[in-house]
Amino acid sequence: MNPLAGTAADWVGLAILLPFAGFLANGALAFLKPKAKRTVSVIGVGSVVAAFVVAVAVFLAVRAAHPAAPYVQTFWSWIPVGDLSVNAGLQVDQLSVVMLLVVTGVSSLIHLFSVGYMHDDPGYARYFAYLNLFVAFMLVLVLGASFPVMFIGWEGVGLCSYLLIGFWFEEKEKADAGLKAFLVNRIGDVGFLIAMFLIFTHLGTLDFRETFARAPQGLAAGGGTVTAIALFLFMACVGKSAQIPLYVWLPDAMAGPTPVSALIHAATMVTAGVYLVARANILFAMAPVASAVVAGVGALTALFAATIGLKQWDIKKVLAYSTISQLGYMFVGVGVGAYASGMFHLVTHAFFKALLFLGAGSVIHVMHQAYHHTHRQADAQDMRNMGGLAAYMPWTARTMWVATLAIAGIPPLAGFFSKDGILGAAFARGQGQPFYLLVWLLGIVAAFLTAFYMGRLMLYTFHGPNRTGDLERPYLTEAPWVMTAPLIVLAALTIVGGALNLPHVETLRHWLEPLTAQSAAFVPDLALSGGVEIGLMVGAALIGIAGLWLAGRILKPEALLPPERAPQETGFAKLLLEKYRVDEFYRRFIIEPLVWFARVVLWKGVDAGLIDTAGVNGSAALARGLGWIGSRIESGQVGTYVVFFLIGAVAVLAALLK
Amino acid sequence: MLLGPSLAVSAILFSIGVMGVLLRRNAIVILMCIELMLNAVNLTFVALSQQLGLDGQVFVFFVMTVAAAEAAVGLAIIIALYRHRDTVNLQRINLLRG
Repeated sequence: MNPLAGTAADWVGLAILLPFAGFLANGALAFLKPKAKRTVSVIGVGSVVAAFVVAVAVFLAVRAAHPAAPYVQTFWSWIPVGDLSVNAGLQVDQLSVVMLLVVTGVSSLIHLFSVGYMHDDPGYARYFAYLNLFVAFMLVLVLGASFPVMFIGWEGVGLCSYLLIGFWFEEKEKADAGLKAFLVNRIGDVGFLIAMFLIFTHLGTLDFRETFARAPQGLAAGGGTVTAIALFLFMACVGKSAQIPLYVWLPDAMAGPTPVSALIHAATMVTAGVYLVARANILFAMAPVASAVVAGVGALTALFAATIGLKQWDIKKVLAYSTISQLGYMFVGVGVGAYASGMFHLVTHAFFKALLFLGAGSVIHVMHQAYHHTHRQADAQDMRNMGGLAAYMPWTARTMWVATLAIAGIPPLAGFFSKDGILGAAFARGQGQPFYLLVWLLGIVAAFLTAFYMGRLMLYTFHGPNRTGDLERPYLTEAPWVMTAPLIVLAALTIVGGALNLPHVETLRHWLEPLTAQSAAFVPDLALSGGVEIGLMVGAALIGIAGLWLAGRILKPEALLPPERAPQETGFAKLLLEKYRVDEFYRRFIIEPLVWFARVVLWKGVDAGLIDTAGVNGSAALARGLGWIGSRIESGQVGTYVVFFLIGAVAVLAALLK
Repeated sequence: MLLGPSLAVSAILFSIGVMGVLLRRNAIVILMCIELMLNAVNLTFVALSQQLGLDGQVFVFFVMTVAAAEAAVGLAIIIALYRHRDTVNLQRINLLRG
């Protein structure tokens, strides 16, 4: 008997049902009364806040009981086929409840922010319907008790992501960005499916509890099977969490409304991959090669995306590449076996990156309004049109500085502890395996670049002279309270969030221990000597400070020219501005050959050539030919018919007499 | 008694009828040939009823009734046909040719 039975954990399904009901209500309103903005706001924000209340109640129940095993509620038998039996069930444990709190908490704040940000949009009700549906699916993903249930959420959040990226679908490139996100994610989802097939073939179950309980006996540690399963699962993570080589959809996903970028493409959905690795930690712990791949890809992505972030002018694009880079850190964490550190960075990143995106949203909102007043066509997201905004938007500037210091790794903010935990773990693993030292080194360099590009972003946006335009300047004001209040709450969380997993106290690690205990047998202990640990911490803090200092030292906001008069970039800077031309590379070497193959071989060759000619028209020609032969017999002469009749009668008679 | 010759006559009559249906062109003659075939069968029934009981003789009456009805309907069709096409030559009536 699980100690959670009979507590608030029994009501965890409400956390999914409430936002889903909100989706249905807002979806109906979008069709029937799209002007009823007050009702939509109350339903949209209220349902998610109510889900957050449920989440808090469930969290308190878990904290009181602290069950050693996950508490699974089974609602009905979903897929009973032969040996396969999948139940529609939800799982409450220490890991899912952390995600439950983060998702509902951050969602509540972002829903509130959206009330201000989307206020003048004609698709207001549709927006909240999608956003509520996203929360419902995200909670299915987080709470699902088996791989297929999680997959439902996994696909559902992908759908909502597609719908919200292409929210302003009248503009072709925004609709295309949604499609790109959806298609790139499909590649990863194939990995998820194959991993499920492999798990079922070798372990005979898809249930989380059963799978992880049977894995140590049913699979050979370090063997090919478990490595393949882990790598295919990681393939799904690479798609969903925007890692090399499938990261290309995330920068384009910035076409959606900014709160969507904050919620889906920074705080929650893109971290689903990290959650999946943490959830399946025993499988990754048993496959050292797969874990090394996870850490290696994460470190490479962290550095690669950080370099692109150095030269972007669109404020949201900088944050998008920063998100990819930070997701890389999380994968380093779970890749080196420090599952709690990866989850810790997931949580703190949800706070400070949501804060950064919402702050950017507040800036864009104000910039957009200013340009709207004067009817000027200028890019409200280009940092070259900003500058000096701290004087007009003090709260946005203050809260964003908090987030910037956090992501740069300045103590004692949340980002310092979480990033240091990951890098420390990578360094510790590097003692025995030099590969992880390389991972650590990449992470250190990326940390320096992170501090630099974030310093650049803040400097160009909030400091120096204002470049918005003389006519527009009077319209630059602070955003309304519904937008600044979430910023302040998130800033507070960013400041205190580090307390979740302080070094040596390690609340989160001990909290997650019931779920990671199994893996401890396969992953060696990652303890560092006290001196080294303190040295690493001081080093990490110094690197963050150095990055910010360098940005302040060499960047000159006052020398910045508006986009139309900006000089051409050359050399490596041009390559960075063009994002290493990866999109062009994919277009040239993957998309175009694929389209050629589809058009020339599959369409013209197989479809039009083979199926239409041989299959469809061929069978018609055959039928017509046979019909022509048959019609020759039909002479219209009664005599002919009588002859056939006679022959038939004689034949029947002969058969009967035999 | 005389069973063999009776059956032989009926077989000859039936064959004549069949050949008439197959070879003649005139619809009325074909109808007459069909009557001939029916009566050949009647002769068989009567001849065999001497050995197999009276059922055959009873059946002859049924056949004659049906033949009378058939002749009436057939002649009516031929008259209608003649009114439309001014001929009863079946070779020239081939609307159903494929």
